[in-house]
Amino acid sequence: MTALVLRRGPVSFRVERRTLVFTAAAVLVILGLGLLGLCYGAVWASPAKVFAALSGSSGGSGVVIRDWRLPRVLSGVVFGAALGVAGAIFQGITRNPLGSPDVIGLDSGAYTGALIALTVLSGTSAQLTTGSVAGGVVTATAVYLLARKGGLSGLRLVVIGIAVNAMLTAVNSWIVLRAELEVAIAAGSWSAGSLNGVGWDDLAIPFAVLAMLLVLLALRSQATHQSGLGGEVAVTTGVGLERLRLHLVLIGVGCTATVTAVAGPIAFVALAAPQIGRRLAGAPGVPLLPAALTGAALLQGGDLLAQALLAPVALPVGVVSTAIGGCYLIWLLTKEVRRT
Amino acid sequence: MTAVQAAPARPRSGARGGWLLLALAVLAAVAVLSLAVGAHAIAPAGVLRALLEPTGSSDDLVVRDIRAPRALLAVGAGAALGVAGVLVQVLSRNPLAEPGILGVSTGAGFAITIGSALGATTAAAGQLVLAVVGSVLAMALVYAVGRRSPLRLVLAGVALSSVLTGVSLGLRLLLPDVFDEYRFWVVGSLAGREQAPTLLPLLAIAAALLGALLLGRQLNAVALGEAVAHTLGVNVAGVRTGALVLITVLAGAATAVAGPILFVGLIVPHLARRVAGGSVPWLVAFAAVLGPVLLLVSDTVARVLLPVGEVPVAVVTAFLGGPVLIWAVRRYGAAPL
Repeated sequence: MTALVLRRGPVSFRVERRTLVFTAAAVLVILGLGLLGLCYGAVWASPAKVFAALSGSSGGSGVVIRDWRLPRVLSGVVFGAALGVAGAIFQGITRNPLGSPDVIGLDSGAYTGALIALTVLSGTSAQLTTGSVAGGVVTATAVYLLARKGGLSGLRLVVIGIAVNAMLTAVNSWIVLRAELEVAIAAGSWSAGSLNGVGWDDLAIPFAVLAMLLVLLALRSQATHQSGLGGEVAVTTGVGLERLRLHLVLIGVGCTATVTAVAGPIAFVALAAPQIGRRLAGAPGVPLLPAALTGAALLQGGDLLAQALLAPVALPVGVVSTAIGGCYLIWLLTKEVRRT
Repeated sequence: MTAVQAAPARPRSGARGGWLLLALAVLAAVAVLSLAVGAHAIAPAGVLRALLEPTGSSDDLVVRDIRAPRALLAVGAGAALGVAGVLVQVLSRNPLAEPGILGVSTGAGFAITIGSALGATTAAAGQLVLAVVGSVLAMALVYAVGRRSPLRLVLAGVALSSVLTGVSLGLRLLLPDVFDEYRFWVVGSLAGREQAPTLLPLLAIAAALLGALLLGRQLNAVALGEAVAHTLGVNVAGVRTGALVLITVLAGAATAVAGPILFVGLIVPHLARRVAGGSVPWLVAFAAVLGPVLLLVSDTVARVLLPVGEVPVAVVTAFLGGPVLIWAVRRYGAAPL
């Protein structure tokens, strides 16, 4: 028996044992990485100190942990999970392992918005946030409207997204080329995605938005799994495919735009987390939960490494999560080659 | 095998031949135009005279020594990227694939970042060598990891690209000088690149184009699926390796001479498929003509768009090709392979 069946009245769940083991292990890993993130910093705090600080009993050093490290760790975990979910949504809709929120132009649109904020306006952090959200959402809307013609086809969405992406990327690299070197480097490091300096004030609204989106997604998860079986099957079993896709796209775009507004476009988590997650969980299709857990572990782990690698210089987390995510995916692929 | 494959295609191949001739005529016209237009306009008759019976006048010098090498570069790079795109899409069975997906351009960019971080030569020739080495190494690694299946090939390419992007972005953020140099390379342009030694890359492109035409028939069989190809007596592994080598040469050489303008490799196959249907040899032929047309037009527009200076050709390519791609997808749907 590799599956467990839970029944309670009319509700029943069927869970693959491997998925269960993976979920438990992933939660443990994320908790471990989170604890490590709270301990690590300019001054190392022992786990005992961390727990004391979290319960509010210690004085001076507790402030560092509660107000500096905790928001950073939480944002690493939550943002990672949100990106993983967004990636899984887009890979499910497009039925393509290359599908991710960036393919519909969110990241490059956000970068264009941020570049305009940096070069034309004065580049304050409020302008950066507004510019990036506006750029990303406008681009995503344009791509969606262009791709909607008698129903939304996943492939058409992606091809049009790639075309718009290519145009924006060209514009972006041209703006970077013509800007002053300091501005160009500031833009470059924003575009890598970073959790440096994230504090409680930045997080209240994003966390609320993400929580709302995830609840919405949970409400639609049954239909989402149904549609993973194929469009025809889904329609026959009573899923309004068109509406479902629109809702899913909105949720995915919302998750990504929220993360981008705070941390910049953290590339690759959304692309790699679903693929890594489904290989580890041994699950069919592109499941949401493994993607979320993998994304959280990937981003939090990446952020730890980004702080530690060249300490005291903190690298943007996007640089590290991209590199380790890529290495890990390659390793998984080589392992698959050997097994088959 | 030949009869089985050729029979259903025959009625249309006359029409396709006509289209190909038309495309060639357009290419010739665009080439003459690109030689005529620039800071100093020369009449088409003057261009032809300069090419056929040069007298050594200043017009002749402009055409023969400045514009002709650059046009040749555009033709070579355009054909290489277009055909590499066809091969990648057929091989990976993914209509979204472009040569960059296998790590070619990020490999080249990584090598150039490392090279300039180590203070290696910053001259055009140095960049060219670095780009070739980087793209070949990246492709070899992707092939080693992903050779077993098309999906794995694509994932390996994406994964390796992201590792290299991450590391080189980190390096560039730490070293401003490297960042400065890199941003000029990455935008993709033909301006000034004709001064680098381009004869060897162009010869390599020509040889690889010939190879792609010869391999087309076997690729046709592979495109039908592995099992079918085996039944038809095609050595699938051999064909796959051959196609990857061709992609490496084509995309690597094009990236080396023009920087990463790989969008050409995505859009040209999509357009070629409208006229060529699913036949790989025809796709290769059309891509080899349409790629240069796109790049030549872009390069000409890039030269005249601003009153002073130039727009990087990659920007123009994206803005010419992007809307066309969107239109084609909305009009005809995204044709799966």
